[in-house]
Amino acid sequence: MDYALAVLVGLFIALGVYLLLSRSIIRMLLGVTIFGNGVNLLIFTAGRLTREVAPIVPTGLDQPAGPIANPLPQALILTAIVIGFAMFSFLLVLAYRAYQELDADDTDTMRLAEPEDTPRPPLSY
Amino acid sequence: MDHLALPTAMIETPTALADWVIVLPLVLALLGAALLLMLRQIRRMPALLAGLVVIAIIACEVALLQRIAVEGPLSMTMGKWLPPFGISFTADIFGAAFALAAAFVTLIVIIYAEGERGADERGDGFHALVLLLLAGVTGAFLTGDLFNLYVWFEVMLIASFGLIVTGGRPLQLDGAVKYGFLNFLATTLFLLSLGLIYGLLGTLNMADIIGKASTANPAALTGIAALLLLAFGMKAAAFPLNARLPASYHTPPTVISALFAGLLTKVGVYALLRAGAALAGEPGYSGTGFAIGRHRDVADCPAGGDCGDQFAPGHRLPGDRGIGAVLAGIALPSEGGVAGAALYVFHAILTMTALYLVAGLIERRTGQRDTVQMGGLYAASTPLSVLFLVLVLATAGVPPFLGFWPKLLLLDAGVQQAMAGDWADGALVVALLANAVLTLIAGSRLWAHVFWRSGVEGAVSEHETVTLRTPGVREQWLGLGASVVLTALIVLAGLWPNLLFEGARAGAADLVDPARYIAAFGLAEATP
Repeated sequence: MDYALAVLVGLFIALGVYLLLSRSIIRMLLGVTIFGNGVNLLIFTAGRLTREVAPIVPTGLDQPAGPIANPLPQALILTAIVIGFAMFSFLLVLAYRAYQELDADDTDTMRLAEPEDTPRPPLSY
Repeated sequence: MDHLALPTAMIETPTALADWVIVLPLVLALLGAALLLMLRQIRRMPALLAGLVVIAIIACEVALLQRIAVEGPLSMTMGKWLPPFGISFTADIFGAAFALAAAFVTLIVIIYAEGERGADERGDGFHALVLLLLAGVTGAFLTGDLFNLYVWFEVMLIASFGLIVTGGRPLQLDGAVKYGFLNFLATTLFLLSLGLIYGLLGTLNMADIIGKASTANPAALTGIAALLLLAFGMKAAAFPLNARLPASYHTPPTVISALFAGLLTKVGVYALLRAGAALAGEPGYSGTGFAIGRHRDVADCPAGGDCGDQFAPGHRLPGDRGIGAVLAGIALPSEGGVAGAALYVFHAILTMTALYLVAGLIERRTGQRDTVQMGGLYAASTPLSVLFLVLVLATAGVPPFLGFWPKLLLLDAGVQQAMAGDWADGALVVALLANAVLTLIAGSRLWAHVFWRSGVEGAVSEHETVTLRTPGVREQWLGLGASVVLTALIVLAGLWPNLLFEGARAGAADLVDPARYIAAFGLAEATP
């Protein structure tokens, strides 16, 4: 199962990178999400897939009775999901505003900050 | 019921009151940001309140630094779980000193911003975002847990997103799109390597990683270190990964660029320093994956100095952060190299912010962003020309100023390595010197263009063809005053550098031999 998930992580990240290399902002946004989800899945896999038993110590015992799920990756992923979602929504709004203001969703035509006819550097000494 | 012989996992006693000093700067910054968000509409209030909060943060950090200087690295663990389970905040001299420099620079920027912010900009949340940015930066400098570092990176990032689009001009939105995507990619790559570290070592606590890295598979560790180098290199805007800088840093108002230049890339470098020390495994700092970085840095040094974007992609005012020189220090496998790199970061936080602030003053006086269109400032404003020249010399590392000392430490460490027969370090020394010379040429040429020439570039540059704006009294006092204070600090620190040297040496010793750092967590006796 670990191996299957590892392959899945690879697929997610490959797809994310492929989409991020695109010129269209919408595709890049999709790429960001898929990349982020691939990373979350990686953390989950890195915590080892054990039993689907809640990590709760029963009353009267000092240790869990049997193998349990690793709770730490879930805490890490939860944090990462929340942060990733906040970032994604910001980028979404930013992309929309940029589309309104610049009338462009293609990074090739977004040249305001780096104009193609850049003024020449100073030549005198 | 049988009792198992389990090691204690909980902290039984409450944290000593004095130890709270390590989280106090963060608490203050976060609470201050929340408060400012509520009070943002009141006139003059946000700036005053933000200034007071930052002064309180500076006071806390001075106290923290004093304690660390006496007692060594300091640690506080949250939530009663013993490390490595509880999340620790741990500061050594480097972390605390950088946090102090960051807070000081933020205070200067808040004062400076008052000089040029108009009434129409009231209520845009600038001060709240600045405090949030400071919280992210301080958290990154003071944390002792890699995942926590990721969280602070994101706090910093979201605040910088907010700042870069403040005002919402199309130019800024364009810059922000590129800044946003590339930064988001960098933090996700960092998260990716965190997942791999957790999978390999089973821990994310920095001190615990130091202990466990030596027993881990070196090939896997090298791969992870390379990935971290990529992620932090993007954050630090090291040479081949600095694409977001020329695309975005000039788009927001200069005050915000100044804050970014002073704080953001430096956090990337600090993370690199810290992660390098953690993953190197055995004491001695012969970093595994960082050897990869080392050979690259030889190329990076002059590149960072010249074609990177030292003082501008051609025509805009300042750029570079001297990241190449810092990476050179990290790559040198000796205490002197680390000390030099850390001192360079400290110097760059102050000097780069000051340079951007003075550039902002120049841009407001001339009403231009292109140096080709500038001129005649020398006659108009003597203080401005002196300030700019001092900062150019400080950046290039000319002796009496602060920039000289870190370069001296780096060169010394490089020469020692080269004498020991390592040709790569010899090349690094040459690259460092070339960097200094190129910076000096670029900087003095820029000074001649902006100040010495009477008018715009061209056949009639001897005649006064520029119309300069006369600054308002308020703008003059606050803007110029804040820049003078920061520059004076740079000059004074350059004249009396002994304290900085001692700090850098002590910090480097702790980084190279992390025994004291690990002991601060209370992990020394726990690991068998």
